[in-house]
Amino acid sequence: MSSHGIKDQVAIVGMGCTKFGEHWTLGTDDLLLWSTSEALESAGIEKDEVDAYWLGTAMSGNSGQTLSRPLSMCKPVTRVENYCATGSEALRNASYAVASGAYDVAMAVGVEKVKDSGYQGLVGASHAPTDGTARTLSAAAMFAMCAPAYGNKYGVTDEQMREVLARISWKNHQNGARNERAQFRKEVSMETICGAPLMAGDLGVFDCSGVADGSAAAIVVRAEDALRYTDKPIYIKGLSFLAGAGTGNADPDYDYTWFPEINAAAKDAYAQAGVTDPRSQISMAEVHDCFTPAELLIYEDLGFAERGTAWKEVLNGTFDLDGSMPVNPDGGLKSFGHPVGASGLRMFFENWLQLRNDAPPERRITTADRGLGLVHNLGGYPGEMVSFVGVVGNQLG
Amino acid sequence: MYALGMRGILDLAAYVPYWRLNRSEIRATFGSGGGKGTRAVASFDEDTTTIGTEAARLLGSVSPSALWFATVSPAYLDKTNATTIHAALRFDSDVTALDWGGSIRSGVGALMTALRGNDPVLVVTADIRDGLPTSADESSGGDAAAAIMVGSDSEGPLLAEVLGMGSATEEFIDRWRLPGDRRSKVWEERFGETRYVPLGEEAWNAGLKDAGITAAEIDQVIITSSHARSVRAISSRLGVEADKIALDYSETIGYTGSAHAGLALTGLLETVGAKKTIALLSLADGADVLVLRTTDAITKRKPVRSVATQIEARADVAYGKFLSWREWVTLEPPRRPEPGRISASISSRREDWKYGFVGSRDRTSNAFHLPPARVSMKGGAVDDMDPAPMAAEIGTIATFTIDRIAYSPSPPIVFAVIDFEGGGRTAVEMCDVDAESLKMGDRVEMTFRRLFTSDGIHNYFWKARPVRDGVAK
Repeated sequence: MSSHGIKDQVAIVGMGCTKFGEHWTLGTDDLLLWSTSEALESAGIEKDEVDAYWLGTAMSGNSGQTLSRPLSMCKPVTRVENYCATGSEALRNASYAVASGAYDVAMAVGVEKVKDSGYQGLVGASHAPTDGTARTLSAAAMFAMCAPAYGNKYGVTDEQMREVLARISWKNHQNGARNERAQFRKEVSMETICGAPLMAGDLGVFDCSGVADGSAAAIVVRAEDALRYTDKPIYIKGLSFLAGAGTGNADPDYDYTWFPEINAAAKDAYAQAGVTDPRSQISMAEVHDCFTPAELLIYEDLGFAERGTAWKEVLNGTFDLDGSMPVNPDGGLKSFGHPVGASGLRMFFENWLQLRNDAPPERRITTADRGLGLVHNLGGYPGEMVSFVGVVGNQLG
Repeated sequence: MYALGMRGILDLAAYVPYWRLNRSEIRATFGSGGGKGTRAVASFDEDTTTIGTEAARLLGSVSPSALWFATVSPAYLDKTNATTIHAALRFDSDVTALDWGGSIRSGVGALMTALRGNDPVLVVTADIRDGLPTSADESSGGDAAAAIMVGSDSEGPLLAEVLGMGSATEEFIDRWRLPGDRRSKVWEERFGETRYVPLGEEAWNAGLKDAGITAAEIDQVIITSSHARSVRAISSRLGVEADKIALDYSETIGYTGSAHAGLALTGLLETVGAKKTIALLSLADGADVLVLRTTDAITKRKPVRSVATQIEARADVAYGKFLSWREWVTLEPPRRPEPGRISASISSRREDWKYGFVGSRDRTSNAFHLPPARVSMKGGAVDDMDPAPMAAEIGTIATFTIDRIAYSPSPPIVFAVIDFEGGGRTAVEMCDVDAESLKMGDRVEMTFRRLFTSDGIHNYFWKARPVRDGVAK
């Protein structure tokens, strides 16, 4: 198997991102117009100059017409879906199309209009017929099983685990409070987090990401063309996506303390990008904090901490905005909510801001000089997931 | 004796659901109704098909030529319910599956018809009894199932041989329910007594005559009926001393309709011992009498899970929850979409897994695949697997969680990852469990349940429950 990647062949030259939230007055079409207009303006081009589009949406529409109709255009639009990695998957495919030479300018757009379902939480994307034997559990419950498994394996008491998970939530809300595009912009105290009503297992409301409507978009061109559009392009260093075999819940060897699909995607992306020591080379990471135990395990799968040690680093503040390895400086899914198709591109948008030193001072990372940023998504559940890891940088080479 | 030869009971078992309603709760809630003791309550995820299946799973190995299922409360009309039990028991396709249904008498009728026949027949009876809140049917009723393997001594040692049978029939209106109605209505009890007592005496005398014995030779008699007044009245007219009248389970389980004859017979045969003459008198739109004599074989048989142990292994269900389980009240559901209907064709393709809980096992790596797979997760061998029947396997809880937000007809869902003692792992819903007392490492067994119903299609599959006493097949 080979995975060569496209390091430094493609650059992001414009991005847009809506405010995330419960947009009762805006539909999918409005959100798409918002993010794509912002991205075009950011790159200084008109929509006719974009040769092809990749649209990521999990549940807000089918086919490329979900985008071509509201933008009133006749263009190649490919609709992609890959669970919660849908937005990143749109960017991966658009980037590969440009790298192949098929197109000069491509746009990746992610959108989700979640709040029209009438339900709290995400409503499943698949309506494929079944035999009724599959798990009917919520995602919160599946991820809740990871916390005691991790605690048992590494000797973290229930009380310590409660503090660790709360600390992750606290950190993301601290960051989100400083972000005008976030849905939830309040700092939340450790006491409030620990005292919140339980949703599943020991996970309370503040251990779970919210839901929101939103959209984000990125324009990609060949790296050699990038400076025609911006003087601060962001280069694609590595893009890895894996769909797991989904056997974790049937495999006695799987212990719910790590996510093999994420670990494998990270290794692949690091190899493409030439990353050998993520803690010293990567400035920041946007990771998929759908539930606090997920973020804890992700640190180790991404190599930000040795196995069994991430919980201590959480308490030490390593992953805080001013820590040595800032994670989710924009506030993460915790603060943004999770419009499935948009989240991955929202994470790239934060890298776009931070690596260009465009993030507002109140939440600017201090490690941007390392030059690399990471985006991570997972989709699915422990034992049966897809995973995306992408690395971008503000310099060639 | 004459035409019957050596027909009798090869095996039998009863299933009593885990939950009990304290009848005093009814009066405490509404100011009327209720009574003393408890009644057995089928859980929200049980129906007569699943509890009938559970009763049959408590039998030893059986190989009937037919499976007969009798209930007053069928999960389906038009469609046969016995085929679901047939699938869960993994019977071969040449075993006929038939429903008897609609009336209480169908239970004892199926049993006696099987005993009169020539073929080995598994008779499964099950009922979930219900009535308007505060009604006598609500408080005196109970939910249970019985499975009786009927055959000849050529098919194995009989636990009890048939000595004789008798019946009497007459048309009169005592209790009735129109199709689609949720509860039965009853005529004034004093009228029914005038019909049931003489019918009972007629059948009793016919049964004794058929058996060629006198009432004095009876060691134990079971009298069962929805008509309690007639039971009291006739018990002194049978020529049997009061201390020979067997336990009727009214204080603990309640009257279980078409299942009650089988339930009481099971309970009695589990305790009565060898070489005893026992009689069953059932009053339901007529009267039926069955006279049996137990054999030495009964002393060698240890029930997997006796009626007495199931009466002990129990937990109380609050009256409000009971009313919601029976859909007399509708509780606010979690704000999540209800599941869609299952696909008939997928369920058919996956019959072994869905109904039989059969996974697959890779011949090379021995890795279990639950659900079954064609490509092995260890080594990748393709189509090189053996069936792995897991329904009878015991597992331990590797990890578990409580889901307060997923859709369930009775939230919250308790969900566990199970490692089977003989290998294999699966993630399933738990049932009949107190989530607060559950621990990693607890032993669990599989149980056949109804997960939900959508578009009128029941979704049957397996859940896990804590092992509390003997282990089901």
